Amino acid sequence: VLESVLVANRGEIARRIIATCRRLGVRSVAVYSEADADLPFAREADEALLIGPPPPAQSYLDAGAILTAARQSRAAAIHPGYGFLSENAVFARQVLAEGLTWVGPSPQAIEQMGDKINARNLMHRAGVPIALGSTEPVTDAAQALAEAERIGYPVMVKAAAGGGGIGMSAATGPEALQTAFDTARTRAERFFGSPAILLERFIERARHVEVQIMGLNDGRVVALGERDCSVQRRHQKVAEETPSPGVSPQVRESLLAAAVRAGEAVGYLGAGTVEFLLDVRKQEFMFLEMNTRLQVEHPVTELVTGIDLVEQQFLVAAGDPVSFEPAGVRYQGHALEFRVYAEDPVRFLPSPGAITQWEEPAGPGIRVDAGYETGNTVTPFYDPLLAKLCVHGPTRDEALGRAREAVAAFGVAGPKTNLPFHADLLASEPFVSGDYDTTVVAGLRP
Amino acid sequence: VAEVRAEMVANVWKVVATEGDQVEDGDTLVILESMKMEIPVLVEEGGGTLAKLHVAEGDVVQEGDLIATIS
Repeated sequence: VLESVLVANRGEIARRIIATCRRLGVRSVAVYSEADADLPFAREADEALLIGPPPPAQSYLDAGAILTAARQSRAAAIHPGYGFLSENAVFARQVLAEGLTWVGPSPQAIEQMGDKINARNLMHRAGVPIALGSTEPVTDAAQALAEAERIGYPVMVKAAAGGGGIGMSAATGPEALQTAFDTARTRAERFFGSPAILLERFIERARHVEVQIMGLNDGRVVALGERDCSVQRRHQKVAEETPSPGVSPQVRESLLAAAVRAGEAVGYLGAGTVEFLLDVRKQEFMFLEMNTRLQVEHPVTELVTGIDLVEQQFLVAAGDPVSFEPAGVRYQGHALEFRVYAEDPVRFLPSPGAITQWEEPAGPGIRVDAGYETGNTVTPFYDPLLAKLCVHGPTRDEALGRAREAVAAFGVAGPKTNLPFHADLLASEPFVSGDYDTTVVAGLRP
Repeated sequence: VAEVRAEMVANVWKVVATEGDQVEDGDTLVILESMKMEIPVLVEEGGGTLAKLHVAEGDVVQEGDLIATIS
């Protein structure tokens, strides 16, 4: 396995990766911005290096500063976590050019999947179902109108180079399309450095279901079950679960097979996630995008399979076989994840601030991946994720019961959190029944 | 005179209005950014003349900080 790993990330995911390093005896190196000097991840790593001021462009997105830290600490490998530089093919190439191990897929695979239009075309050729939509970038409003006519309203408008739901919106007619197009283009330029827009047929009642895949060094691509991520606000995930209560055994089989084909089409290596939209009425699924990195919600997969996905990433990156038998993966029980965000639980507006109390729930079937503790300050520079509350139980009902107790026992004072929203979600009929779709949050917060 | 204050710690991403502008309810004065989210700061308590903008692009505002004065 790897001798040492520099974690080019922060918060809960840096801490989670460092935990696996410790368990495996891999030397861990953290890098942190001036805003994060007191966070647990910086302390728990074997070594921690300051890389710059708080704004991401001057720290966690500064490839030069991170590579300098890797040289100083003589790290053998770089794990990018999620977000920041994790899906930046240029950075992945720089890491490899330094003679370091990149804990991720090849830069080519990142590039092929990073452009959503290219990814859609590639998936179509590989026999993976895609929604009716753009086959080339849409760059002006007139072109967008023509595309929308061809596809048929309502259409979804999004950045071709984008992610995280930023700038994404649905348009029901030509007028709304103009607004949606302008918003998407501004955001696309600002956040992703490319104004290219993609239009796709909008599905009225959809679930967001994704498949965890793992590309092995022997060329095989393995699927490790699905995750349902339909609980979203502003097109960003809030809670996830596995198995999906909305996927039949037949649909699951073809979904997992399609995800494997997607991975094989780009010669995928390591952990990745293939996202699909499932049309609830037609029971048909369509490729949405592929995330060429570890996913935020990976713990639910770990809970039901007993597999440490970060350990497998290390093994694959080192050229070794994975530690589980690909044909013999057993799925046990049901797992859910609730993202604890620093935001008010009604309007979901950011709420940074100093944490005066932080008490995590504990007990059988409870896992908390937290980035903060009492005394830390949540700053406005990064995303609002404070922690991931994960629960595991023999059945979905038992897992939901554990989740209710855990949400009630989670004590955070200082920044507002969305824990009260999770309590409402866990009491709502659609979520409890499992018969919900991506509009479930809007139904709870009209 | 109405004062517009910041609801949370944030960075000032964009200043949209200019001092001397006639503004009314619903107009955007500045756009803040906090935790990867853009938050427009709107005129909410009656329009008038934008007498003073107390922030510039790139500033960090604390909760309760004065953003604009409308007279």
